[in-house]
Amino acid sequence: MDERYLGVFDESDDKSKKEHPTNRRVELMLGALASLILVFIAGMVIFVFLKGLPSLTGNGISWFGGGGNVDEQLTNIFNSPAEPENYVYELNAFPLLWSTFLIAFVAVCLATVISIFSSIFIVEFAPRPLERILEPVVKFLAAIPSVIYGLLGILILVPWINNTLITEDMRESVRYVIQLDGTSVLAGVIILTIMILPIMIAIITDSLRAVPQVWREGALALGVNRWRALRTVSLRAIRPAIVAAAVLATARALGEAIMLAMVTGSIGFAPNPFDGFLFFLEPSRPLAATIVDGAEGLSVEPFGQTMYAFAFILIISTAFLSFAGWAARKSLSRYSIGAK
Amino acid sequence: MGVGQDQQEPEVSTNGSLHTVPPLRRIVVGHEVPPIRVADEYGDAGAVQSPEEPLRLPEDQLGPEWYDECMRTESLSIRFGEKEAVKEVSLQVNAGQVLALIGPSGCGKTTLLRSMNKLVDLTPTARRTGRILLDGEDIDLFDDTQLRRRVGMLFQQPNPFPMSIFDNIAYGLRERGSKRPRKKELEPVVVDALERAGLWDEVGDNLDHPALSLSGGQQQRLCIARSLAVTPEVLLLDEPCSALDPISTAIIEETVVQLKDEMAIVIVTHNLQQAERVADQVAFMYLGDLVEYGSAVQIFNDPMAERTKDYVRGDFG
Amino acid sequence: MSTATTRKRKQAAVRRTRAAKPKKIKSKDSWSIGDRIGVGLAWFFGLMLCFIAAAIILYMAWKGISFINWEIISTSPEASLEQSKTGGFLDPIIGTLLLTIIGAAIATPVGVAVAIWLTEYGRPAPLARFVEAGIEIIVGAPSIVLAIFGLLVFQQGFFSPFSFTAEGGEVFGRSFFAAGAVMSLIALPFVVGGTREALNSIPRHVREASYALGKDQASTIRRVLLPSSRSGIATGSTLGMAQIAGDTAVVVVLLGASLQIAPEGDVPGLDVLKGTGSTLTSFVFQNSPAGEGNAPDKAYAAAFVLLSLVILLNLIVNRITRKGKQVWG
Repeated sequence: MDERYLGVFDESDDKSKKEHPTNRRVELMLGALASLILVFIAGMVIFVFLKGLPSLTGNGISWFGGGGNVDEQLTNIFNSPAEPENYVYELNAFPLLWSTFLIAFVAVCLATVISIFSSIFIVEFAPRPLERILEPVVKFLAAIPSVIYGLLGILILVPWINNTLITEDMRESVRYVIQLDGTSVLAGVIILTIMILPIMIAIITDSLRAVPQVWREGALALGVNRWRALRTVSLRAIRPAIVAAAVLATARALGEAIMLAMVTGSIGFAPNPFDGFLFFLEPSRPLAATIVDGAEGLSVEPFGQTMYAFAFILIISTAFLSFAGWAARKSLSRYSIGAK
Repeated sequence: MGVGQDQQEPEVSTNGSLHTVPPLRRIVVGHEVPPIRVADEYGDAGAVQSPEEPLRLPEDQLGPEWYDECMRTESLSIRFGEKEAVKEVSLQVNAGQVLALIGPSGCGKTTLLRSMNKLVDLTPTARRTGRILLDGEDIDLFDDTQLRRRVGMLFQQPNPFPMSIFDNIAYGLRERGSKRPRKKELEPVVVDALERAGLWDEVGDNLDHPALSLSGGQQQRLCIARSLAVTPEVLLLDEPCSALDPISTAIIEETVVQLKDEMAIVIVTHNLQQAERVADQVAFMYLGDLVEYGSAVQIFNDPMAERTKDYVRGDFG
Repeated sequence: MSTATTRKRKQAAVRRTRAAKPKKIKSKDSWSIGDRIGVGLAWFFGLMLCFIAAAIILYMAWKGISFINWEIISTSPEASLEQSKTGGFLDPIIGTLLLTIIGAAIATPVGVAVAIWLTEYGRPAPLARFVEAGIEIIVGAPSIVLAIFGLLVFQQGFFSPFSFTAEGGEVFGRSFFAAGAVMSLIALPFVVGGTREALNSIPRHVREASYALGKDQASTIRRVLLPSSRSGIATGSTLGMAQIAGDTAVVVVLLGASLQIAPEGDVPGLDVLKGTGSTLTSFVFQNSPAGEGNAPDKAYAAAFVLLSLVILLNLIVNRITRKGKQVWG
């Protein structure tokens, strides 16, 4: 081992005894820094909770319920008198919760199906040149900032929905309840699906490639065609990875604020499933987008607290999702390989 | 009993003359099986039978010409990019016999084996020239999946699927075509396959057990059962015992010998003793060439080529 | 077994093998309808992905190029009722660059330190697992949540020097400092990840060689491991920068949304950091129909610049990872 290989070996480093004290100090400093980060993060969750608590306690369980116009309620909260004892907290956040859940759920379902097929295409059926193109394509889609997705959505997709999909009859039928202008659940779902596809495709292609080749060969050697072999052996084997990918995608979908704020409308409205297909064309606004819309009013006390309550719900959901994904992976690992 | 000639030493005559053998000599085997008469296996009265003569041998002295050709390669060459793995090999696989492919590592025997069920085509750089015929038909003319249902394969590492034992064996039958057979229809087939593979006694009580929980030898026999369930005509074995302990090896060799009655078997092995134990015909390959092809008794007792002699003696490998 | 049985068995067996041969089926029979639909869908979605990406790239390029000109990049935005007088987006560009640099400047040293501690020390083990979990939480947390948390922090009296403070003591909490700090939190996991990967890829014998020469762990890290991890650190940093450049939520909450960069205070340089401004992302947001401006062409132009910046950063990452592949003896 000569000195050049190691880089620097000058006199100042040449001490015959090992410098344990210095090393220990460095270790402690770095450890302290890392712990500081941890404290910071824990503090974040706790502070957000504490700040949002009055909104939750002020409503009790009805915070999660429906009834009343949530936008009106938010305005009232914003306009509440300045004395703390007169703060208005009344809120029935159901429309926002329902919107959040609906959009995220549908987008993740769509994205799961599409990403599975796309990954199969990339790994098994794509001809060489296409396969080489697809990797940068997926990376490109992942890199696009959400505001650009929102821009394209609001300038292209929303007007298209407004002009093409929404008919006069539809508008008439809901005229007393809500106005249809193209900003809708559908627009949000479509773009959100595209946004979460790259994450899922990356995970699923990696785990498809990690399935032991011997299983594939064994299936083919039995006279089973390539698609069947993939479907019955590889897809089964990567079920934990698919779950993990779906969980990550859901966390992303729940937290998406900007794009959805631009594209799903600024109305806190709970689309009614009984309206049929129409229900996808109704505007809505998920939690994260509500926070963005309410960002300017954060300094106004009860309003800000309400926003923090929303933030707390979001953080709890994402943490819960990670746990659920981990538990699902453990139970599936009996027959299958683990997810990366 | 039969037409006899000199009975003391085995004599080989083939279509080409091979009495002086330079170190590397390819034997191109033509359409007919070279009549080989050997002393040991078939008794003193073992005689050369010409195809026209009706068979009159005693039952335990059935000669090799009894067996019909099942698969055949004609001037088969396989290259991976620039490298030639198999060079113009022509040989024959007979129903009811075990053909052993032997040779040092890298000689192309595994490549040759994998070409017989078109698995070699999965490698993107592989190029194949020459023909392979199954029952007289060129295998390139029919679909990969068709071919592989008739020519099964067993791999070096046992590779049961991450499913139950039953699902593993039923796999080949379930995943063909659109109609999925019901479990009741599959049960007898699965049981039969397990019996023929010699595994029924050990796992028959619980077929829903995960296949991966079996021991190595059991897994390999499970793979045999899995291949048998689709009733192939030829079974290709790629060093099936190399990852197993001696006892499992013995069990599998016994199974192979029992199975050869129903189908043709080709086994690649680097274990000469194993080849001696199970093989009827032996093909010795070296660096892609087929050096010698003949009956097991002949190759192991009195091979013609120098190189074969050296290999069989253990001089290299 | 008797020879008669053997022979009969052999005959029967060979007959059976012959009989078992299935009729030669048309090759298409081995693919059922379901299988073919499956393959068809795989092709369909695979190609659809390419089309979407191509469409986005081409459309953005077209729109962007058609609206972009030197003037727009070099003039500051003005608040004006007349569209033609609203100026360009120079300040947002500067804002984006400023935030990216601040965020990376904070995240890189901190991230490298945390990564070193995790890979080289990591005691006690439960603490290390918690720190890893904490990093995962940051990754999973929506950036809007991080943003309003940042606001909460920077509005505390302790942080008054970091942003505009009114006479009554109320801390505005929005400034480049604040936004930069939260942005560094967003970039942190990327730096930690990149550094850890680089450190983990250094084989053990290099460390052992260094210890054998009498150097302790700290100087081994400083002199041997860190220099070799440069490309991994750069990768993480650049990825973090791309993430910062593309983020809108933090900007909307923490940068005060003033059209132009509005410095605060007297110290040159620091006043900019204390002040408010905007970035390309918030500019696009404001100028889209969702914001106030409703100037789609400006939005497209700014979006084009933003997209180019993000793609450039990602290409740099590719370049670094390719060149940085080191061969260890």
